[in-house]
Amino acid sequence: MSEIIKTEALTYIYPSAEGEKKIALDGVDLSIARGEFVAVLGHNGSGKSTLASHFNGIRLPSGGAVYIDSMDTRDPERLYDIRKTCAMVFQNPDNQIVATVVEEDVAFALENLGIPPMEIRRRVDDALKAVGMYEFRRHAPHKLSGGQKQRVAIAGVIAMMPRCVVFDEPTAMLDPAGRREVMRVIRDLNSRLGITVVLITHHMDEAVQAQRVVVMHRGKVLMQGTPREIFTQVDALRAASLTVPQTIEVLFDLNNQLGSDLPIDALSVDECADILARYLRPDAAN
Amino acid sequence: MLRDITIGQYFPGKSIVHRVDPRLKLVLVIAMIVTLFLASGPISYALLALYIFSVIKISGIQPGMVVRGLKPVVFIVAFTAILNLFYTPGNELWGWGFLHITDQGIRVAILMVLRILLLIIGTSMLTYTTSPIELTDGLEMLLSPFKKIHLPVHELAMMMSIALRFIPTLIEETEKIIAAQKARGADFESGSLIQRARAMVPILVPLFISAFRRADELAIAMECRLYRGDVGRTRMKQMKFGRVDVLAGTVSVVLFAAIIVISRFGW
Repeated sequence: MSEIIKTEALTYIYPSAEGEKKIALDGVDLSIARGEFVAVLGHNGSGKSTLASHFNGIRLPSGGAVYIDSMDTRDPERLYDIRKTCAMVFQNPDNQIVATVVEEDVAFALENLGIPPMEIRRRVDDALKAVGMYEFRRHAPHKLSGGQKQRVAIAGVIAMMPRCVVFDEPTAMLDPAGRREVMRVIRDLNSRLGITVVLITHHMDEAVQAQRVVVMHRGKVLMQGTPREIFTQVDALRAASLTVPQTIEVLFDLNNQLGSDLPIDALSVDECADILARYLRPDAAN
Repeated sequence: MLRDITIGQYFPGKSIVHRVDPRLKLVLVIAMIVTLFLASGPISYALLALYIFSVIKISGIQPGMVVRGLKPVVFIVAFTAILNLFYTPGNELWGWGFLHITDQGIRVAILMVLRILLLIIGTSMLTYTTSPIELTDGLEMLLSPFKKIHLPVHELAMMMSIALRFIPTLIEETEKIIAAQKARGADFESGSLIQRARAMVPILVPLFISAFRRADELAIAMECRLYRGDVGRTRMKQMKFGRVDVLAGTVSVVLFAAIIVISRFGW
């Protein structure tokens, strides 16, 4: 079977003290193929992080089912294999680093797996090189920048050699430079190592880099498609309290104000500039 | 201000003292403490002091650093010295009211101060030259026989290393909270002791809440990285007993034995 993650009518209800129930996920049907790079986009409280926590059994469905590589997450016998297949990187890098030395932290999962020391050494070095943190292998994690810490956390996860990595807002606590570093590593994992990537985010410019975008709204999948298909639906996105990438926003607002008929599917600044240049000087282009 | 604490700090290096197997270092520190308490005469103390100062010399750690580490215990040392000076029976040399200084008192006071100082310097040399990970790993391996009587040795070592890992993170957080509360007009420096203690509450409450949240997230992250306690675990770094260890161990043990023997004669 080709899909690595599959949810069927997935429902999750948060229990609360007052007896009132909060429905976080409401019948989500989603399948993610091997080797895909999928971004899950949504406003705060849209259920995107709750969805992510179902992908390696941190939360179990209240209704419906989640299959990771055809393993049902409700089966406690398979939980260990599920977590080996589908690893997770969290938002706060500080709270997922266990050891006081970078390389020891990257080795943590491998030590838990009972892998022989020589093999651990090799895999730790490979993982650190893959995220560009090899020179920092003997450093103390608390002396690194946010972006560097998050790259160490990613190394610790890919050392397990999972087939899929779920990133739960990995850049939310980072500065712009740190965000760029981490996004570069994430793209690299997908394109170079062939790892399936699920990126939970609320940054449009990050979602643009994925092959497919899934938009969550009030616990449901609002729409999904390629970034170009999704981001040109400006009105629908705004209705879900999401902004669109600035490049598209500019063109969309120009069309509204000038009554012009510009194509609005500019995902990068260059594309946007080309469209504007062609509009301003129709003769110069071509 | 919180960054000045040197006790328990680790100064990386490549000296022989750094390279000695952490298990051996732990055992030698315990042996040193025992010897220190069995030592009774000036010669035995001098030999121990010589031993500890050679360790500092070989380790290449700045003696100033070591002295700075003694600052927090100055009060205890002074208190012990005064108590022993005035309350040891013996031939009176000087007396005033209820205060008496005896020849025995001077001798005991000096030796007690030496004992405490050597004890603290000797034990801090362990943490100065051993990384926290090596230390907890060494402790775990030394105590591993106790797993047979169901002592949770691995879990204790894991807790210790996580505590060490989070100390700098929480110090940074505390400083942020202090700054944030100061910005809201909180006053931590003036007022009576009780007022100042009460001023700590707005620091401690957010710190504790955040520590619990961190603990929760860390536990989930550890589970996601397949942690399940001590079941089928391996280690990346294997500890090996080498020639350095044999050398350091032999020299130390022979010296300690000699000190204990000469102490029997009251030297």
